[in-house]
Amino acid sequence: MIWIDNISKSYGERLALDSVSIQVDENEIFGLIGPDGAGKTSLFRILCSLIVPDSGKARIGNLDVVKDYRKIRKIIGYMPGRFSLYQDLTVEENLEFFATIFGTSIKENYDLIRDIYIHIEPFKNRKAGELSGGMKQKLALSCALIHRPEVLILDEPTTGVDAVSRKEFWEMLSRIREEGITIMVSTPYMDEAQLCDRVAFLQNGKLLTINTPEGIIQAYPKDILSIQSDNLYGVLMDVRNYPLVHSSLLFGHEVHYTEKGKSINQYQLKEYLKRKGHANVEMNLMKPGIEDSFLELMKE
Amino acid sequence: MKSFYGFIRKEFLHIFRDPRTLLILFGMPIAQIMIFGYVVTNEIRDIPIAILDQSKDQATREIGNKLISSGYFNLVMNLTSLDEVEPAMKRGNVKEVIVFEPDFRKKLESGIPGSVQIIADASDPNTANLIVNYTFGIMQDYMKQYQQGKPNIITPEVRMIYNEGLKGVYMFVPGTMALILMLISAMMTSISISREKELGTMEVLMVSPIKPFQIVVGKVVPYIVLSFINAVVIILLGFFVFGLPVKGSLILLLLESLLFISLALSLGILISTVSNSQMVAMFISLLGLMLPTILLSGFIYPIENMPLVLQLISNLMPPKWFIIVIKNIMIKGEGWQYIWKETLIMIGMTAFFLLVAIRKFKIRLE
Amino acid sequence: MHAKHIVVRGLTKKFGDFTAIDQLNFDVFSGEIFGFLGANGAGKTTAIKILCGLSYPSSGEVNVAGFDVYTQTEQLKMNIGYMSQKFSLYEDMTIYENIRFYGGIYGLGRKELHAKSEQLIRKFGLVNERNSLIADIPQGWKQKIAFSIAILHDPKIIFLDEPTGGVDPITRRQFWELIYEVSGNGITVFVTTHYMDEAEYCHRVSIMDEGKIVAIDTPNNLKSSFGAANMDEVFVKIARGAEK
Repeated sequence: MIWIDNISKSYGERLALDSVSIQVDENEIFGLIGPDGAGKTSLFRILCSLIVPDSGKARIGNLDVVKDYRKIRKIIGYMPGRFSLYQDLTVEENLEFFATIFGTSIKENYDLIRDIYIHIEPFKNRKAGELSGGMKQKLALSCALIHRPEVLILDEPTTGVDAVSRKEFWEMLSRIREEGITIMVSTPYMDEAQLCDRVAFLQNGKLLTINTPEGIIQAYPKDILSIQSDNLYGVLMDVRNYPLVHSSLLFGHEVHYTEKGKSINQYQLKEYLKRKGHANVEMNLMKPGIEDSFLELMKE
Repeated sequence: MKSFYGFIRKEFLHIFRDPRTLLILFGMPIAQIMIFGYVVTNEIRDIPIAILDQSKDQATREIGNKLISSGYFNLVMNLTSLDEVEPAMKRGNVKEVIVFEPDFRKKLESGIPGSVQIIADASDPNTANLIVNYTFGIMQDYMKQYQQGKPNIITPEVRMIYNEGLKGVYMFVPGTMALILMLISAMMTSISISREKELGTMEVLMVSPIKPFQIVVGKVVPYIVLSFINAVVIILLGFFVFGLPVKGSLILLLLESLLFISLALSLGILISTVSNSQMVAMFISLLGLMLPTILLSGFIYPIENMPLVLQLISNLMPPKWFIIVIKNIMIKGEGWQYIWKETLIMIGMTAFFLLVAIRKFKIRLE
Repeated sequence: MHAKHIVVRGLTKKFGDFTAIDQLNFDVFSGEIFGFLGANGAGKTTAIKILCGLSYPSSGEVNVAGFDVYTQTEQLKMNIGYMSQKFSLYEDMTIYENIRFYGGIYGLGRKELHAKSEQLIRKFGLVNERNSLIADIPQGWKQKIAFSIAILHDPKIIFLDEPTGGVDPITRRQFWELIYEVSGNGITVFVTTHYMDEAEYCHRVSIMDEGKIVAIDTPNNLKSSFGAANMDEVFVKIARGAEK
């Protein structure tokens, strides 16, 4: 459904996108994962025909994002990073406005947005500026969907929204996909990668990998050890000086540790830590997570 | 078309939802007219003057009386010698001294213009300028009467011919009208367009099928309507509060106002294409439009008194032409034949700004 | 644990009819990393403002770093540090100028200021960048510098209001390592975050909902008592429970 072919884009000297190629299949939830400044927004703006790439091509369906921008603008729904709502208009007025500029009406596509809109309908006479983060997000999504687009492009829809609203939001996305809409979504939250069909990791404008979440985890090259201790920070500092260490990273109340070789010599590590005065250390081999993979890819 | 109508509806909602916008739209015109009309007027009244009359004949007495009875001047001292002039001024209470040379009337009768020396306290140059002008005007008025039927003496040009009452309001209403229409139209449109950029809603609008041209026109239409209402309010205020009549054609006046509003709006769109935030838009509008309108359009400071460079620059100020036009229509009561040149200039400017603005208005973000 | 650095008893704040926070009771101990979690609009920001001496409670007792929030706000402010999501660094000033400016606000002497800024600049390996404008340095550095500036005056408590929004996972970890370091030095860290996985870095967390603290414990205890695999689930369970 979406073809991105060797797209590069720079702002002055800064290279925002460096030969990025992605293909998104029809009816897929495709996640673009990466921190601020990775190039997610630039890529989305190119797809929405808002900016022109320096080189490379991109198509949505058969439409070229540069040449056929008028047609593109009819078939996509776009939700920019900051929820673009009119704060001084009410919930209903916002939705009505976006319906009319797309030449449709709330009634016509109500069944598509009903599941989402039903949460905020009780507040339809409240001004958008007075809604909570989660409700604004739902309204913005309703507005982006009101013209029944073929492709939905969502730029960090869950940033700054609490965990419950985030969870609800992802549930809504899977329902939207069932309506036959292709979704491309970006997020800085690693844990959301698991909820996509496929994801691409983006870092400093470069594509690190594209795969299914399971594929990414399976591709993790090393054994990984979780270390727990009362003095976690001390363990972390000492492990960093251990000759065999490849990576040692804080994960909540544990340290994830890998060695230069593929497998880990736990006994030797335990002895080393004992010498450093860490007697009470618990070690377990573990399954890597998405974030481990991303951190490993960033390291390379 | 339906989406375009929806757009305009939304703009009106924005305007009527925001008390500040409403205040600027309707409070400002009224406040400004009142302020300029009552407070800042450079009308002069009861200026303390002294007369040194070395002639003491009928003519000098009559001129003196005419000055004092005008209400503008107050005779506080009769001086007897030139040595007293400086002390009188230094003590501060005398702003102007009028010195009649000896044998004033005799000279007049023999056809030689009598010489009068006007000494003004120029520590406040604007007031001094005004005082001298007023004095001069009254004297020339006298001369005119005196010289009637004496063709051998050329009547000097009289400057304050259309505003014999020399009322400040007459000067200020046209100027204020230009200022307000300029500010409201240009500032409000530029702010409302850049607000959409700032909030990110412009991104969504651009991605929608609505055309940039429709966005611009949709933004402008509400302000045309509201500015036009403002123009009418100002004309009504001028008439009912300050007694300023519209001598010429009211319809012509309204049409010219509409033209000027369009001119200001196209400037506003132009400003919004170069500014990405409301702050910048406001700043450019205030600095780039308000100050030049006040300083260079002949609103407060007469263009004839400016250095040549500024006179040339003032030709580029749209309000200058509008002020000339409304003065001609309102105060002189003149018709189309006297203002077509200015009108054409304004049409030209509007077309130019619009063209540049539409060229610069992007279909994309960059 | 050790001494209490924050003592809150019956803290309530009302705005007109609306009760933003309702009868909060909790203690935070010295050197503790305390996570303050809650949905948008649960009352977190209001509570932090009170703890920092920026706003008065409607009722209740609050003691921060040994000072009363009603009567001793000036001393209180000298003993706390604050850093928010929007870095409070001046973009048009250099790293060194920013350090000097903030040090000056807290009344650091010239020698002390000089020594501290040198130390800080060397710690982050910024000797060559000391005269770079803040605007020109990467996001991750800005965060670390903002954090270091917030503890320049050796506060007893540092408040971090969503300090890690939108940064890459490596930078986030480096930031947490800094937090562990200062906590090891006995500084109390009071932090709010949206990342539930970050809650697991905290020694103890509290979860607020509609102005009340609905749970307060170590992450491990919370997970086991709610039968959840991670903090995200704990949070969702609590919030869903509260809706019913």
